[in-house]
Amino acid sequence: MSPNGSLEARYPGTAGPTGMLRRDAWWVEPLLTVLGLGGFVVYATWAGFQNAFYFVDPYLSPFYSPCLSSNCEHVSLPLIGRWWNLSPAFLVLWIPGGFRLTCYYYRKAYYRSFWWAPPACAVPDVRTGYSGETAFPLILQNIHRYFFYLATGVLVFLWWDALEAFRFPDGFGMGVGTLVLLVNAVLLSLYSVSCHSCRHLCGGRLDVLSKAPTRYKAWSLISKLNEHHMFYAWISLFGVAFADVYVRLVAMGVIRDIRFF
Amino acid sequence: MAASEYTMRIWRGDASGGAFCDYRVSVEPGMVVLDAIHRVQATQANDLAVRWNCKAGKCGSCSAEVNGRPRLTCMTRMELFPPGETITVTPMRTFPLIRDLVTDVSFNFGTAKQVPPFQPKPKEPDGTYRMQQEDIDRVQEFHKCIECFLCQNVCHVIRDHPEHKKHFAGPRMFVRYAALEMHPLDTDNRLELLKEKMGLELCNITKCCTEVCPESIHITDNAIIPLKERVVDAYYDPLARVFRKLTGTR
Amino acid sequence: MVENEYETHEFDVIVIGAGGAGLRAAIESSAQGARTALICKSLFGKAHTVMAEGGIAAALGNVYPEDNWKVHFRDTMRGGKFLNNWRMAQLHAQEAPTRVLELEEWGALFDRTEDGHILQRDFGGHRYARLAHVGDRTGLEMIRTLQQRAVRQGIDVFMECTIMRLLTDGDRLSGALAYWRESGKFVVFKAKAIVLATGGIGKTYKITSNSWEYTGDGHSLALWAGADLIDMEFVQFHPTGMVWPPSVRGILVTEGVRGDGGTLKNAQGERFMFKYIPELYRAETAETAEEADRWFTDRSAARRTPDLLPRDEVARAINSEVKAGRGSPHGGVFLDIATRRDPEYIKRRLPSMYHQFKELAGVDITQEPMEVGPTCHYAMGGVRVDADTEAATIQGLYAAGEVAGGMHGANRLGGNSLSDLLVFGQRAGLAAARYALGLTGGVRIDAHQVETLAREALEPFERSDGENPYAIHQDLQECMQSLVGIIRIEGELKQAVDKIVALEDRAKKVRVEGHRQYNPGWHLALDLKSLLAVSKCITLAALERKESRGGHTRDDYPKSDPHFAKINVVLRQKKDQLGVAQEPLPEMPEDLRQLLEEKK
Repeated sequence: MSPNGSLEARYPGTAGPTGMLRRDAWWVEPLLTVLGLGGFVVYATWAGFQNAFYFVDPYLSPFYSPCLSSNCEHVSLPLIGRWWNLSPAFLVLWIPGGFRLTCYYYRKAYYRSFWWAPPACAVPDVRTGYSGETAFPLILQNIHRYFFYLATGVLVFLWWDALEAFRFPDGFGMGVGTLVLLVNAVLLSLYSVSCHSCRHLCGGRLDVLSKAPTRYKAWSLISKLNEHHMFYAWISLFGVAFADVYVRLVAMGVIRDIRFF
Repeated sequence: MAASEYTMRIWRGDASGGAFCDYRVSVEPGMVVLDAIHRVQATQANDLAVRWNCKAGKCGSCSAEVNGRPRLTCMTRMELFPPGETITVTPMRTFPLIRDLVTDVSFNFGTAKQVPPFQPKPKEPDGTYRMQQEDIDRVQEFHKCIECFLCQNVCHVIRDHPEHKKHFAGPRMFVRYAALEMHPLDTDNRLELLKEKMGLELCNITKCCTEVCPESIHITDNAIIPLKERVVDAYYDPLARVFRKLTGTR
Repeated sequence: MVENEYETHEFDVIVIGAGGAGLRAAIESSAQGARTALICKSLFGKAHTVMAEGGIAAALGNVYPEDNWKVHFRDTMRGGKFLNNWRMAQLHAQEAPTRVLELEEWGALFDRTEDGHILQRDFGGHRYARLAHVGDRTGLEMIRTLQQRAVRQGIDVFMECTIMRLLTDGDRLSGALAYWRESGKFVVFKAKAIVLATGGIGKTYKITSNSWEYTGDGHSLALWAGADLIDMEFVQFHPTGMVWPPSVRGILVTEGVRGDGGTLKNAQGERFMFKYIPELYRAETAETAEEADRWFTDRSAARRTPDLLPRDEVARAINSEVKAGRGSPHGGVFLDIATRRDPEYIKRRLPSMYHQFKELAGVDITQEPMEVGPTCHYAMGGVRVDADTEAATIQGLYAAGEVAGGMHGANRLGGNSLSDLLVFGQRAGLAAARYALGLTGGVRIDAHQVETLAREALEPFERSDGENPYAIHQDLQECMQSLVGIIRIEGELKQAVDKIVALEDRAKKVRVEGHRQYNPGWHLALDLKSLLAVSKCITLAALERKESRGGHTRDDYPKSDPHFAKINVVLRQKKDQLGVAQEPLPEMPEDLRQLLEEKK
């Protein structure tokens, strides 16, 4: 191969075989992603619109936390007045929603499964044109870290809710719901902390890590967690949906919360 | 141990076109796809073109697509496939075909030339450099790259949209850029170049580069995303910019 | 005019081969202001240097401050059984540290010590931990660093371009004839100076750690151009190559496994190396397993493990164990690090060994022992050069790296190869550039010479019936492996000469199918010439040296002979006649000789 001559000019096409040659079940992963993510979005939207059965003392559904408007059954922080008469869920759901929408893992997941760009490795893109994340709206993915900041704020409330879940009307106690909210808070924390932006901000942006030992430690720990970011993304997604379902069913009286003590 | 029979369905052709040819080969335990190709070459098709060097996964020459998946043929064991199966071997699709399994990978050497070189800090008074292992662990992962160009081949940005070839460095080069940007001694800043000319934002982090990397380099998580985050620092984070102004830090 | 008929390029210096030595030579030559081209058979950055694993030997003294060039010089000479070109060994030991630090300045990242210096590891035959390394992929780090440096300097690289013959104008070198692998078209390089950096000859053997490129091109190019070759009988069999599965037989297992604590065991679980300690090393080698193990942590109270004796000793020992029936199931011995170091340590220190065994043999080296056996690894012999300038015995020709002879004597120490590439690559590039820039007037290509060579090269296409090049190559490898292997004997060597002559005849009738474009069958047919030429050189030199020393063991002359201790076997081709001669070694100055005699 000559150093300077452009061979592209001589070989305009690639001239190799065409068509998709993968023979394995490459479509399983995008299909599961569509079912999982699609199912969650449908359920979350429905649950948000419900505007009911999201609180049963002492449990507050994570979809409605923090509850910011006065029309809420259990106000966490009264920021919004009586004029808000829609479901209080919509005051907060956009934060975790935006966090997940701009998340580096979920981007991969929905670009593959919903956009088919590409559907799987070595499986051709469906569309002919492609501009990546260079233009509006996808250039907005770059605000991921701001959603991370906001989501961290929400997380504080979810931990507060989990602690509140020990305070029953009849005093200190613990039920299955307490456990559910606690596990939910743990899973969401793992997902948030293992985020790529968090990893970058904690230490990844430094070139000489040895000069900042604390940040190096934080970065190393987050790097380890980050390897499982996809796992945390899914398990926390199921966790939060399950927490809502649990509170909802208890609030509706379909099931009874079991008290440990 | 007994040998088993396989059919190797290999693309034969050049820039003007080609077709699949089937070859029956007997395969002993431990053989890899490249061994089977060599057997075809030595006994049935002396002029079958295939690139290879080390046959130990260290040089990155024998990249091709096996049953449609980009792989190093020297590291793909035949035992992966059930005996009697037909195994399709095709050239890397993203690069122009020269002949049979050999493609013209000069695109990658071209993008390599565009990388602004390493610019070290001044040395310590004793004429050497000091670096801690924790400062270089990250970059050593990137230096593992054997330049097999499978990541460049699988990347849909250029595989499916060749019009981007003129302004897209590709995963391999992003790993190079990351290695330079995170090098504890380097003083240059290549973020603007990455954003404006090298197509970092064309990458939609769908991670196929990471999936095919025979060296298991976490290309997306450890190189591309950290670069994207550094670009965010510089161009998309007004708060951080104000903070840097106020504190006078980088 | 040749220019009209063939693609022609003109340079001051052309460097043939883009491994460590070639790259370093080209970088130096271009830095001197000479128009420089780098020509390589493979893609740029795929040269055999990438397979070097363990490290670069350089007396930096980072781990053991008492290390210095004198100790390194002594170790090198002892390892080479004192047959080394003393001046090369001296320059090598003195300049290696500078060359390593220079790599760091160019971006290389070696593993570090606690205080931030370059970490060094133990290796066979080196008294102190001396090898600068990057896990077990040092060669890759080195070649990438040099490759990027070469790109930065804007050196013209001609890749997948094979040199067939050096061209001469009278008795002066004028260039080289090559062909593009891709198109099969011929290309003429006009050059005032040529640096050979083509590596070794491993593909003449069946079991080898070397890639297809190692067909002895530089050796034969030099020989055909009239230059001398020396020490061709010394072929290093690396003691630890993979032995199973058959298709990976010969792939290298780094000496770093033993440097990091691995031990060799036979089928009875015995650490057999204690039985094979030669006299020269007895005083400094541990006698018991307990002492050997202690040595890894405490150098002052214990002597080094015999597992880290020089490669020739270990390879012969393994050979003997297998012959005595104490080998492993697939005809090697066991190399065990699993029971000696914890899995995390093994994976961190030897990541590519872990990967290689896992992927290719299905063996987890953190849990089970490896099976290993000798594999043809390195040619100590090569083009005879001037120690300071690497100039060959014909004007304008230089050689550096494995293709050059003399530096390593009868046996090379591990780690001394990468440093050799850097030290002598730099020196060759410098000398070649100075020579070329000092020459006035252009060079002239002899059109007739080019025509003849080109016609000859195309003959295999014209035969309607003839030999398969792959079959000839396979027969040659069988012949070299079985008759000119680790242990040699006169009868077999003579048999080998006859066989090689017969193969030469067959090679003249070789036939290839298809056309010139990227045709590996044709490429091999052309490579056969050099494969056969170097095989003959090795065999004739092995016949000539009637003693055992280093990488050359004669069953019929099992002892070292003081007569041959002062002799280089020289091969020289005059008018198609290959001649063998014994010529005296260069005399070592007294002050250096004393370094060798110092005890311990």
